[in-house]
Order: sequence, then structure tokens, then C-alpha cells
Amino acid sequence: MVENRPWLTFLSHAVLIFGAVVVAFPLYVTFIASTLSFEQISQVPMQLWPGGHFVENYRQVLSAGTTQGSKAAVGTMLFNSFVMASSIAIGKIAISIIASFAIVYFRFPLRNFFFWMIFVTLMLPVEVRIIPTFKVASDLGLLDSYVGLTLPLIASATATFLFRQFFLTIPEELAEASRIDGAGPMRFFFDVVLPLSKTSIAALFVIQFIYGWNQYLWPLLVTGQESMYTIVIGIKRMIVGGDAANEWHLVMATAMLAMLPPAVVVILMQKWFVKGLVETEK
Amino acid sequence: MAAVSLRDVKKSYTAELQVIHGVDMEIADGEFIVILGPSGCGKSTLLRMVAGLETITSGEIAIGGRVVNNLEPKDRDIAMVFQNYALYPHMSVYDNMAYGLRIQGLSKQVIDKRVQNAASILELGKFLDRKPRALSGGQRQRVAMGRAIVREPQVFLFDEPLSNLDAKLRVQMRGELQSLHRRLGTTSLFVTHDQVEAMTLAQRMIVMNAGRAEQIGAPLEVYARPATTFVAGFIGSPPMNLIPKDGKLLGIRPEHLEPCAASEAMLTIDVDLIEPLGADIIVYGHIGDRDSARVAARLPADAQAQAGKLALRYSPQNVHWFDPGSGKRIAQ
Repeated sequence: MVENRPWLTFLSHAVLIFGAVVVAFPLYVTFIASTLSFEQISQVPMQLWPGGHFVENYRQVLSAGTTQGSKAAVGTMLFNSFVMASSIAIGKIAISIIASFAIVYFRFPLRNFFFWMIFVTLMLPVEVRIIPTFKVASDLGLLDSYVGLTLPLIASATATFLFRQFFLTIPEELAEASRIDGAGPMRFFFDVVLPLSKTSIAALFVIQFIYGWNQYLWPLLVTGQESMYTIVIGIKRMIVGGDAANEWHLVMATAMLAMLPPAVVVILMQKWFVKGLVETEK
Repeated sequence: MAAVSLRDVKKSYTAELQVIHGVDMEIADGEFIVILGPSGCGKSTLLRMVAGLETITSGEIAIGGRVVNNLEPKDRDIAMVFQNYALYPHMSVYDNMAYGLRIQGLSKQVIDKRVQNAASILELGKFLDRKPRALSGGQRQRVAMGRAIVREPQVFLFDEPLSNLDAKLRVQMRGELQSLHRRLGTTSLFVTHDQVEAMTLAQRMIVMNAGRAEQIGAPLEVYARPATTFVAGFIGSPPMNLIPKDGKLLGIRPEHLEPCAASEAMLTIDVDLIEPLGADIIVYGHIGDRDSARVAARLPADAQAQAGKLALRYSPQNVHWFDPGSGKRIAQ
């Protein structure tokens, strides 16, 4: 569309800028709060320009957490969260890509039944099956371990479904051509399907990494020791009750740190992510 | 290279749904066979059964004297070119051609020699490093053929390989296919719905209709002596006129009709439509009332065609007779 209406341009930009500010302002407040001292942050209204305690606050949380609430170091939590988020993302992709490969390319009895079984679990989020899942994890001795943090969250109907949809768009002739070329099913998987799925895998990795990173309820249940806290749980544990006792400047610094890795993943994989959502390489 | 035999080959998906009703054919070593028919006639299914992509319900397919019914496609010593080319989009042209050879476990030198050789036959040398999406339709088509050539198979199978190309390129690729066949002499089966492709490429052709081979023969023989009304009506543009006469069907090609004086008329039509094509004029009309037989006549460019009645005559030697019930040709 070619249009030249200055007022419309002005108005649309005004709306967009307003929207951007609404979204960005809380982030700005969080950042400012993380640079203030305990005294500065207790004042009402809180100042909206950076205080001078940036390095101090971040060093404090990274190494030793808060002084009043949880004393777990945020550095460890970041590491735990990273292990959890990437294991979940990689595990989910690995399992679901193989599952959908089986569903799309093999004819076996009850194939559709199994697909719908997987699909139905979409309706059962972690929260509704959390108690039996917890019981199983605890009986297997998985509490306070990385396996316990990640394994129950790895099965993924969403990813299986997305891969299935993607595989269905790969022309059938490619499978036939590779059969004539003499490639067996797994060879076809590794030589053709996997390379073609690169962009979908990248998109799913971003989505699942953030999903894993933001997990709250499950890690809250399975982690008891401070050394196994993920950062999302860490934030919760820093808030100890009475408003006055909370060291909000340290909590905010932790929140900033918690936001960072997902943002980095999105920025680094942005190109691939968008490609995977909009385009198929055919 | 090898001969291919189809012996009473049948295909059904369920008890009711039978798509191939028994095809018999002996294809000689090095022959170029075209399977021609309208869409849905089972021609692609037949080809895919030879390739091993569809199972054979009953009957036998032998390649080079070896029954291949239960062999995997890779063990049948065939190569196939698909309608949409089916190139691996993430592999370069070179890798597309080399992929099958690598799986066979051939040495790097042999693979390279074969790929370079195919590339030079098909003039693909410059494009070996490109991905398929960076190629034009005609070039992709050539890569698909290159992938077939490097396998050095006993039989080439082509599944409507030219139908995704534009008209000009199709003519050019047709020529290239012919010269390729002359050069390699490999037995070829070529499926198409395009009668021009069939007439120009085939040494012999199979005209298929609803899962049956209506006629098998050399293109000109099929054109000159169609075995059934289906073949008569399918081949030729416009197709053969079929006019009910004396309880039989009289078949006459449009080019065998010529205008004449009303007194000599063997056929008088009411003209519906005149299509001047430059080289000649095609006149469409009907005999008697509108619902009765429709007739097309190919007249010389200088013929005076106009709306109204048109008197036509034909020579008796150009007449074909068919049985209206079975549609079969009546021998004379």
C-alpha cells in the first residue's frame, strides 16, 4: 500500500510508541530498582533514575543471594535453570522428532490411535497431573536432581504435533526418491528429514527453552535443597514475607538476571526462529 | 539394460477398488515405451508398481528376466524421474546425483566420474555446487535426469516429467530426452497424459483407460488404426469423429473430411464454431438436431467456411468402423 497521510502516520506511530512504553516501562523500573540501595528503594515514590549500586547488588546476588531471605547464590541458580531449560528443550525435540517420524512415515497397527493418544495429552498440562507425577518422581528417588527436574517435562505433545505437521509438508516423492536411491528409513531420517527440519528445530528450541526456563510449579515441588534451586524458584524464596524485610533491590537484580538468558537465546536464534515459523525450505 | 515383462499385472486397494485390471506387455531391451491415458486411468500406478513403490496385487513383473515382485526399489536396478523432480532441497546438485551412489558404497573416484559424466551429458557442469532452489525448472528437470543416469540402471521410469515445464521448454526437453535415449539406449517407460509427448517420444505406446490397456502399438499405427472408440476419441486433436450409422459407429478423422458441392455430400453439418488456426481451419458442427453426433473437420486455410450448412465428403479408405456396444473396432 502506498499512502501519504501525515496524520495517519503520526497517529499510528503514537499508538505504537505508547504500546512500546507500556510494555517496556516495568522492565525499566526493574532495572532501575536493581541499581538502588536498600534505603533508596524504600523511599516513596521510588526514584526513576539509576542509583550507584549496580555492581554491588549484582555481585551480592550472584555470589550469596539475599541477606534476609534465601542465601542461595544466583550464579548456581542460573546454572541450574540453564541445565533444566536446555535439557528440556533438547529432550523434547529429540523425543518428539522421532515420535512424529514414526507416525508420519511408518504404517503400523493403531498408528492413528497412538497419534491421538499423544495429542490428547496436550489437554493435560503439568499442573493437572502434578501430584501423581510427583509421587512417581519421589518413588524413583528423583527429587533434588537434574533428572527429576527435567525428565517429567520432556514428553511433549506440542512438539510432536508440530513436527508431524511439518513432515506432512515434505513431498512424499522425497521419501520415494530416497527409497529408490537405496536409503533405509533411518538413513532417510538423518540425511533428508533432519536437515530439512533445521529451522523447525531451531524455532522449537527457542520456544521450549523459554518454556523450560519459566517453569515454576514443578521445580518448586521437586527441589528442596538450595543448591538445586532454579532462578525462578530463587526469586520466590528471596521474598520472605513482611514487605519491609524484603530486599527488593536484590530481588530485582535477580529478576534482571533471570530475564537475560531467554532474551539472549531469542536474539541469537532470531533469524532461525522466524525462518522456522514462516518458511519451509522446499 | 534389460527387457521388462508385465504379466497380467493387477492392483487393487480393497476388494471393490481395483485400479489395474490386468496389463500384459513385453518391453524389448532398449525400447522407449510411453504409457498414455487420462488422469486417473492407473498409468502412474502401473509405473510405480514397476518401480516397487506400490505392491503388486497379482501377476508378475520381471526386469531382465528376474521377477521383481518382492524386491525393494533399490534392488530392482531402476531409476525414476518424478513429476515434481523430488530433488533433495538441502543438497547441492552434485550431492543430489551422488547420494544414491554413496549409499551403494561406491568409491569417491567412481562417483565423481559418473557425476561429472552425467553433468556433461546434461550440461549441468556449471551448476554442480548450486542448491535446487537456485535452478530454473528446466535445470531441475535435468538434475532429476542426472540422478537417474548416474545409477546406470537397467530401466528408466519417467512419471510425467515434463508436465511442470512451460510449453517451449517441454518441446526442448522432449528433444533432449530423445537424444539421451538414442545415446544411452536404456529401456524406458514414460508416463504422460499428453498425446503429443506420446506420439513424438514413443517407439511403442500403451493407451490406458480405467485400469485397462486399450491398445498397445507404435504411435502411428495407434493413430491410423485405433482399436477402440476410447483410443479414437483420445488421440488426435481434435479427436476422431464418431458418427452413428447403420447400427455401427463410423469413425473419420477431421483431416479426412473435405468440403464439396452439396450434390456430392456424404455428410452435411450445421456449423457451430469456426476456428481459423492459420495453417488450417477447424470447423465444428453437428448433424441433424443439436443432440446428435458432433463433427469436427480440418479444412485447408483457404477454404470458405461460414455459418450455415456445410457439405463434406470423405474417401472410404479413411473410414473406421466400431461396435457401439463394446466400443471395439470392427475388422473389415
